[in-house]
Amino acid sequence: MSLATAFFAIIRRDLLLALRRRSEIANPLFFFVLVITLFPLGVGAKPHLLQAIAPGIIWVSALLAAMLSLDSLFRSDFDDGSLEQMLLSPHPVSILILGKVFAHWLVTGLPLLLIAPLLAVFLGMPNESLGVLLLTLLLGTPVLSLIGAIGVALTVGLRRGGMILSLLVLPLYVPVLIFASNAVEMAAGGLPISAQINILIAMLLMALVLAPWPTAAALKMSVS
Amino acid sequence: MIDNHTLQAQNLSCIRDDRVLFSGLDFTLKNNQVLLLEGKNGSGKTSLLRILCGFREPDAGEVRWCGEPIESVQYRIDMAYVGHLDGIKKELTVLENLTVSLALAQVGTHNIQAALARVQLAGFDDVPAQALSAGQKRRLSLARLLITHNALWILDEPFTALDKQGIALIEHLMAEHCDQGGMIVLSSHHDLNLPTTDVQRIHLA
Repeated sequence: MSLATAFFAIIRRDLLLALRRRSEIANPLFFFVLVITLFPLGVGAKPHLLQAIAPGIIWVSALLAAMLSLDSLFRSDFDDGSLEQMLLSPHPVSILILGKVFAHWLVTGLPLLLIAPLLAVFLGMPNESLGVLLLTLLLGTPVLSLIGAIGVALTVGLRRGGMILSLLVLPLYVPVLIFASNAVEMAAGGLPISAQINILIAMLLMALVLAPWPTAAALKMSVS
Repeated sequence: MIDNHTLQAQNLSCIRDDRVLFSGLDFTLKNNQVLLLEGKNGSGKTSLLRILCGFREPDAGEVRWCGEPIESVQYRIDMAYVGHLDGIKKELTVLENLTVSLALAQVGTHNIQAALARVQLAGFDDVPAQALSAGQKRRLSLARLLITHNALWILDEPFTALDKQGIALIEHLMAEHCDQGGMIVLSSHHDLNLPTTDVQRIHLA
């Protein structure tokens, strides 16, 4: 079958699987909402302070939620041998991986995007920066999934790879965090943000093109 | 009929944890032939099969498919592998599992319904794979060999969890595949009953 058929079959399969294991979708989302709702309780009744740190809170929570959900990307495929079959396919493995990462983002990244406006209002973020927050999440969370895929592919063969995974992946997440939360903050102050957005777009394009290759190579290493 | 192919291994060796599992292994497999790997547990049967699949690099020597290294795309088109892990998603139905396998490969001789009938799983289309017994799961993973295009089957202990009838069924499918010009490499503790097929044996010590 053609490469496009294989690509969409992988996406369809992973979405079906997510639908049948709903807790996987709910977990990162639940974590995201929980952390953000706990912050006002911890900080206390200081609306100005909360408003000031809101972009940081939302982005740090999104980043941790994305990292929590990473392990499910290849774990079950590795355990039941589907990954071996995928690697033996005549299609380029990196494209199939792109399909898997896209499906994973739809399941774990997109829900964060949908709930974020509500949480932003909850933290008292000004309306002008809501759109920018969504834009940064839309550009940033796929980068998190793509970079995370490399880390998971490297650690999926280890029995307890969780700690190594966060050490590997977190430093690479930092630039996304810096530019994204900075853009939201600047937007709240009415300043131009095109530089940050352009950098985020560049990061997304680079990750889309460059991340699937090392992921494929790392998966091949993990099954050997 | 399947075109002429050869699988050739030259001077293969595999070292695991400072232990030499095998070395200087040579064989050539042609159309209509079966290669049976024998040996006790831990003798390197699975390691050899994984080298033939390209999952593992041999520590010396090389494997060639029709003269080309096995990294070539043609090898992955022509080869199908069923290992210890069956590659079945337990949350998906039988039909969904096979549809994905088919999308990842080239179309083979049987359509999905015919293949399910051949492995005696007809009527199980909409059953989730987790509701199948171990033997039925094995037959489902073997059905994958029928729906996809392939010349070489690499099977790691294909008879585990199968009853006598299931074993006879798989042997029949294997004989049929070889008669059509296919070739098979397998490891098995079970005595193969393939009277009409040319079976080579390698004993790994």
